[in-house]
Amino acid sequence: MQFKAMIISNHEVSPGYFRMRMSAPPELADARPGQFIMVRVRDAIDPLLRRPFGIFDVGTVASEFSGCGPQTYVEMLYKVVGKGTETLSTYHHGDHVDLLAPLGTGFDLGDPDEEKILVGGGIGIAPLYYLAKKLVERSRVRFFLGGRTRDDILCVTEFERLGVETYVATDDGTLGDRGFVTDVMERHIRGAAGKRTIYACGPMPMLQAVAGIAERTGVPCQVSLEAYMACGMGACLGCVVKGKEHSDESPDYRCVCKDGPVFAFDQLKWV
Amino acid sequence: MQKPDLSVEIAGITLRNPVMTASGTFGYGEEFSEYVNLEAIGAIITKGLSLKPKAGNPTPRIVETTGGMLNAIGLQNVGIDAFVEKKVPFLRTVATPVIVNFFGNTLEEYAELAERLDLIPEVAAVEINISCPNVKHGGIVFGTDPKAAYSVVKAVREATIKPVIVKLSPNVTDIVEMAWACADAEADALSLINTLTGMAIDLDKRRPILANVTGGLSGPAVKPIALRMVWQVARAVKIPVIGIGGIMTGIDALEFMLAGATAVQVGTANFLDPGAAGRIAAEMERYLADNGIADVKEMIGALEV
Ligand SMILES: Cc1cc2nc3c(=O)[nH]c(=O)nc-3n(C[C@H](O)[C@H](O)[C@H](O)COP(=O)(O)OP(=O)(O)OC[C@H]3O[C@@H](n4cnc5c(N)ncnc54)[C@H](O)[C@@H]3O)c2cc1C
Ligand SMILES: Cc1cc2nc3c(=O)[nH]c(=O)nc-3n(C[C@H](O)[C@H](O)[C@H](O)COP(=O)(O)O)c2cc1C
Ligand code: FES
Repeated sequence: MQFKAMIISNHEVSPGYFRMRMSAPPELADARPGQFIMVRVRDAIDPLLRRPFGIFDVGTVASEFSGCGPQTYVEMLYKVVGKGTETLSTYHHGDHVDLLAPLGTGFDLGDPDEEKILVGGGIGIAPLYYLAKKLVERSRVRFFLGGRTRDDILCVTEFERLGVETYVATDDGTLGDRGFVTDVMERHIRGAAGKRTIYACGPMPMLQAVAGIAERTGVPCQVSLEAYMACGMGACLGCVVKGKEHSDESPDYRCVCKDGPVFAFDQLKWV
Repeated sequence: MQKPDLSVEIAGITLRNPVMTASGTFGYGEEFSEYVNLEAIGAIITKGLSLKPKAGNPTPRIVETTGGMLNAIGLQNVGIDAFVEKKVPFLRTVATPVIVNFFGNTLEEYAELAERLDLIPEVAAVEINISCPNVKHGGIVFGTDPKAAYSVVKAVREATIKPVIVKLSPNVTDIVEMAWACADAEADALSLINTLTGMAIDLDKRRPILANVTGGLSGPAVKPIALRMVWQVARAVKIPVIGIGGIMTGIDALEFMLAGATAVQVGTANFLDPGAAGRIAAEMERYLADNGIADVKEMIGALEV
């Protein structure tokens, strides 16, 4: 769908990180966790391309304006890194942006009897909140979040409020354990009995470590990837990653926007 | 006043309006069908096709630059067999002319593809992309040597009865010379421009941003160059010219027509606005209506210099 969204709120949740809520058509309430949106930051040529963001949350609330009926909203959690996100951070209630949503495939919610292990690094937690919200309805969920320093650990209370057990690790030890979140996660799942699935989103080195753990322990794992995107709908072929069959002789490229952004880790080539 | 007439004719095909989607920016049409009424577009031009599937370049393949973008997709495509099997059935359901953009590594490959495409009734015309390196002919690029361009267009001309459009590369010293060579080889129309070779650098890493080092620049940043080339070529040849490069609005499109284009193609704009082609056609119609111009054909080459 393409639609004009009105910004309902946009505030800084930690230095350099913003959470933005926008109005959306009712159909968006059916978006799957892991799907994403493409935001046209301004109705102008700078920035030129849309910017992709994970769906942090969607929901429906009774409208504050009487007589309007329930209003569906979509939220994103974003980090200011360049001109697009910087412009977004200046927007207020009542401003508008043009959205394409929902895009991509999303996470597979899997078997309710399994324990769900969520791993997020930095802004990579963005698509995991909506996922956690869906998963806690059916399964036990543990969430491991990592970041460089305490300011990069976002929305812990929101996850805890869902009834998710959370574990925090920072590189500098300013919050939670010191070290890599993947090490903390590995310690917790090692030796634990029962079936589980891992869901991960974050920087590439973290995802590589998670894929390594999944491989060693035989635990199924889904990862959400990022790539530079132009179209977001599988047309430009700008966003591809290497699939597991990839070789120089017989290439196997998958579109992050259309085939992903969520992939089973064993569908990809991790070099 | 009556609605202005937006229809134009290119190489024997009648288009309901002059706005087509540029190759490589609209997939095989299907990708955009959820967002756009494909029947509001003049013609759909599909992603550059080769005989065998082609893998494309390593990533990153795209980066945004000021007023434009660089791409080094590397002509990734499904190949003709998968095109016929998986893409044509959808295109058959759309009442809009489909033009297939294609390329080869050798003259023989160009001719073989043209023969294969000749057999597909859904293909209204072919567009030859001659901006890729020719391995067999000792590194000559078909798109920069007029003699090589002549021979490839001739080979395709003899292999198909469908209209032949040749898409020119702007990365040449004399675009008119290239246009003449293609017209001499009996091309039915010329489209220009393809992307301009460019580069983007990451200062901190001291590395090029694209894995391929260089890429093709498109978007509003290239429009002045494209307009100039369309103007030069349209004056120099008798066959119709299709203008491409940075078209974002109906006004942009009409400027290209003033410069001599009979039709236009919209590329990068599809990425920011999936409905760009239809919107641009509607904007052209509004301009004509507002200015009492009954027929868009009155605009072609009407530039006063
Ligand atoms: C499917 C998907 C989901 C995403 N979800 C989120 C999210 O929920 N929250 C969030 O904050 N970010 C998310 N991103 C990353 C986000 O799209 C980029 O941070 C944003 O596009 C940067 O725009 P900019 O104009 O601010 O930066 P630019 O000025 O374009 O670039 C600034 C820096 O950001 C980096 N960058 C630019 N584009 C991307 C990109 N597509 N992916 C990774 N790095 C990039 C560049 O390396 C550059 O150094 C997601 C990306 C993808 C592909
Ligand atoms: C991502 C991308 C892929 C492209 N692929 C092709 C292609 O396969 N064949 C071709 O002839 N041109 C290709 N082009 C060039 C466009 O068709 C067009 O000539 C160019 O982008 C200039 O127009 P624009 O400024 O409107 O984008 C591609 C352009 C982009 C941006
Ligand atoms: S962003 Fe265009 S194909 Fe994925």
